Amino acid sequence: MTVPDALPLMILATSLVPAAVTFFLPQEAYGLRAGLNLGGAVLKVGLVVFMLAEVAGGTLHETRIPLAPGLYVLLRVDALALLFLALSAALWLLTTLYAIRYFGTKPELARFFGFFSLCVAATTGIAMSGTLISFFVFFELLTLSTWPLVVHKQDRASLAAGRMYLAFAVPAGAVLLTAVIWLESATGPVAFTDPPDLSALAVWEQRAIFALFVAGLGVKTALIPLHPWLPAAMAAPAPVSALLHAVAVVKAGAFGIVRVVFDVYGLDRMEALGLGLPLAALASATILWGSLRALQQVEIKKRLAFSTVSQVSYIVLGVALATPMAVIGGLVHLVHQGVMKITLFFCAGIYDERAGVRHVEGLNGLGPRMPVTSAAFTIGALGMIGLPPTAGFVSKLHLGWGGVQAGHPWVLGVLAASSLLNAAYFLPLLWRLWFLPAEGEPCPDERVRGLLAPAVATAAATLLAGLFAAWAISPLGLATLIVERDYLR
Amino acid sequence: MIDTAMLYGLTGAGVVGIGLYGFLSLRHLLRRVLAFNVVGSGIFLMFGAAGYRGGGAGADPVPQALIITGIVVALAATALAVGLTLAHARASGRRTLPEDDT
Amino acid sequence: MSAPLALVALPVLPLVGALAAVLSGRWGGVAAGAVAAGVAGALVALTGAVAAGGPVRVDIGGWAPPLGIALEADGLAVAFLALTAGVMAAVAAAARPRFGAGPDGAATRAGHAFWPLMLWLWAAMNLCFVSRDLFNLYVALELLTLAAVALVAIEGRAETLAAALRYMIFALMGSLLYLLGAVLLYAAHATLDIGLLALRVAPGPPDRVAMGLLTAGLAVKTALFPFHAWLPPAHAGAPAPASALLSALVPKASFVILWRLWFEALPDLAAPLVLALLGGLGAAAVLYGSVLALMQDRLKLIVAYSTVAQVGYLFLVFPLAGGAAAAQPWSAGAWSGAGFHALSHGLAKAAMFLCAGLLMTAAGGDRLAQLRGLARAMPMTVFAFGLAAVALTGLPPSGGFTAKYLMMTSAFAAGQPLWAAVLVLGGLLAAAYLYRPMAHLMARERPEGAAPVAVSRAAQAVPLALALLAIGLGIASAPVHALMQIGRPGAAEEGL
Repeated sequence: MTVPDALPLMILATSLVPAAVTFFLPQEAYGLRAGLNLGGAVLKVGLVVFMLAEVAGGTLHETRIPLAPGLYVLLRVDALALLFLALSAALWLLTTLYAIRYFGTKPELARFFGFFSLCVAATTGIAMSGTLISFFVFFELLTLSTWPLVVHKQDRASLAAGRMYLAFAVPAGAVLLTAVIWLESATGPVAFTDPPDLSALAVWEQRAIFALFVAGLGVKTALIPLHPWLPAAMAAPAPVSALLHAVAVVKAGAFGIVRVVFDVYGLDRMEALGLGLPLAALASATILWGSLRALQQVEIKKRLAFSTVSQVSYIVLGVALATPMAVIGGLVHLVHQGVMKITLFFCAGIYDERAGVRHVEGLNGLGPRMPVTSAAFTIGALGMIGLPPTAGFVSKLHLGWGGVQAGHPWVLGVLAASSLLNAAYFLPLLWRLWFLPAEGEPCPDERVRGLLAPAVATAAATLLAGLFAAWAISPLGLATLIVERDYLR
Repeated sequence: MIDTAMLYGLTGAGVVGIGLYGFLSLRHLLRRVLAFNVVGSGIFLMFGAAGYRGGGAGADPVPQALIITGIVVALAATALAVGLTLAHARASGRRTLPEDDT
Repeated sequence: MSAPLALVALPVLPLVGALAAVLSGRWGGVAAGAVAAGVAGALVALTGAVAAGGPVRVDIGGWAPPLGIALEADGLAVAFLALTAGVMAAVAAAARPRFGAGPDGAATRAGHAFWPLMLWLWAAMNLCFVSRDLFNLYVALELLTLAAVALVAIEGRAETLAAALRYMIFALMGSLLYLLGAVLLYAAHATLDIGLLALRVAPGPPDRVAMGLLTAGLAVKTALFPFHAWLPPAHAGAPAPASALLSALVPKASFVILWRLWFEALPDLAAPLVLALLGGLGAAAVLYGSVLALMQDRLKLIVAYSTVAQVGYLFLVFPLAGGAAAAQPWSAGAWSGAGFHALSHGLAKAAMFLCAGLLMTAAGGDRLAQLRGLARAMPMTVFAFGLAAVALTGLPPSGGFTAKYLMMTSAFAAGQPLWAAVLVLGGLLAAAYLYRPMAHLMARERPEGAAPVAVSRAAQAVPLALALLAIGLGIASAPVHALMQIGRPGAAEEGL
């Protein structure tokens, strides 16, 4: 049952309104700004919880905002939207807490938090988009609102990173727009509820448009060779890296690919056109290349960045394989990777801020000195490698299973190689943390609640999502619901 | 035999041609202004010719009104152009545009 | 106020105001403010009448064409009248510190001359949008040109005088071509009214030549490639409020006249070759202007070359209009798209020039190196510049995106994807040349020893308001689109 009302718009407003107000608050209004942003985040989480109950009961809410005849923004909270939405809402709350504490009284906070909230609003819009054009509008808005965050420090490295980001993202947006308009000129406006009839287009056109979609979405998804902006964007402050790599930008790209495969082309047509295998191959190449490059990095954040390049493609792989298990694995990894990676980035930020450590060698002996941070880091790293009982294990299990189901056992090889590579670049870090002696004085003090609590929360979530995966309210449960409801139709 | 209207029209066209040639090929700014006026006169002549309605009926008054208006407009434009040329000459010492200097 | 009175008031009020400004000397700014208020009132009345009852028509003196002159306001005219009023109001607010009678405003010749010129420009623009008689339009165009040329030369420096003279030469050439075309049309049909011409015109050599001359003349005035050489130095040399008027409004007037002529008066004359030529020149303008903008070192020149490029988009309406395929959800896609583009560009370009003016005041010059690091001191202005850049690049949500969407959809639906490629490429180039100044502004440090001059928040709010309007045009596209459809010619949907 679909209920048209203003609730989706309200979910969007919980971050748009704080954004608009925050721009006009003076730098010194620390309390008001923090309260406004946290309040919006809490409200959003509350609304999302309500939506979870609604969607589980079969009620879908939607808001339709007309822009012009035939051009409207449709916000619709279905199960897939809710998956991304829940991830964004929860992680936004934690990142806001982290960012407030991280920045303290540094300058230009009005600009930062204004664009921060705008970025989350764009991500929320992407999650809830019900039509291709709505998706495109919020997708471009995401590019525009993340650039000021990447260049926040305004030093040479940040500006160069921002330039590379735009150099990749703006042409990608143009390619995406071309794909959308080419498609819609033949089929009329595309709503995700109602897959369009693509037979008006020739087969070569359908394939070409799909390629354009993948290219346009692939920049944000960091598919090779469109990924270089992501490691460069590490010049941004830690809360920005946490947000970009766990929630906003990379997941938005992957989410877009999921929508295109499921709701625009549909799994039957994907198979008929033979598009699944090339996409799976591209995803696998990205998985392996990202891991290989991660091995070479000596900066912690850059290593995590390449790890993200690799891990986000698990989602694409799952969708490309197109069997129920694989799709469940890909979708659930959207949540799991987000939670695990943000843990790692929170910890990296704590290491930087409290211990001045940015490079891998600096981690020597920090385990006993900064136990809480390092414990969280360890859990995140083990999750990335895919060891039980972390969430990462659940995702990889389903993906491997799905690969076999699809008749592509080589996927198991890719996953195994990737796990080995993950181990190769994460285990040395853990070794350094716990088993090597620390160098020099003084002992860094990690006990800043605002920075530690988010990291601990997400590390705990990594474990819980893995341990209680069989529950219906876990990410796995939601992913299974999506596949059962929408895939097997 | 060319009738009156055709004669005036062709003359007008000829004047326009002469003026256009001058406008495009002359460099000195005041001469260009003069060429503009010549072209304008030629166009007005053609306009007047367009009002010819045969011998006995008298000319169509609308083109005559338009010609008068056009003369006034051309006057205003010429005044501004001459003023600008003088100011430009005083400010830069040149009688042509910079790109036309040899 | 009744609708016909409002319609007549729109060109007349600014004329009266201009005379008052000439007579009152230092109080020209007050006259401009009064005119703005009056025009706003008239516009509100007119918009209500047009929205409710369709196009409003007035025959001057009660004499109908072909004897008299008709003024008519359809939806498109109302939209452009509103654009003009909005930009003029903003420019008046921005020009008051510099040209006004207050303590900072110098009692200079420029200060006295600016207000009458601005008001004449306004009167001429309004007349261009509502007049239905080709000769009346000629007079309006001449007034527009003279006022614009004078605005370029207003500060009296040698380079600006040369730029003004160059502009004048091109513009006079355009006027002469236009007049010659009008003469030929009159000779053939004994009328110069657009509505009557639509009934009497037939495809044939005399009308084709006339149309060619009219098109050439108006294209020169609109600075279509390759007749664009006068525009960048003229717009960059004028003071910032004047540049805003020149770039945002003046080319639109001649374009709207050309647009009306093709779609309302003479739609049957179009040959595919001519349409392709116009579209091709537009595409060339987009690419050439964008590439040149990338190479400039001064902010005002970047923005001026951007105008050359953006004007090219408008000419894509000729090959694209009428390409409505069955799946096209919008009616008259490219036609409406050109309208949105002109409106969005007007707002965004005015905002951008006003921002450039403020940045120049703060930095003492507009070389990109001088503007480094100004974002910290003037965040509102830089934000406004960013929003205007978003609108010009055609990124959502903005009026520029709505225009791009409409025109790209038309291109694909008409089976002419090449124009869509031009639109996409133009957008990418615009992003590139507008990014350069943004990157300089967002640098961390100012150049050595260059503390920025303080600019008041109120002054910074003016371009921000214009830029927000450009963005808002994209969000509130539906009412504007509906307004533009009132009185739309049939050729907009059927094609030329």
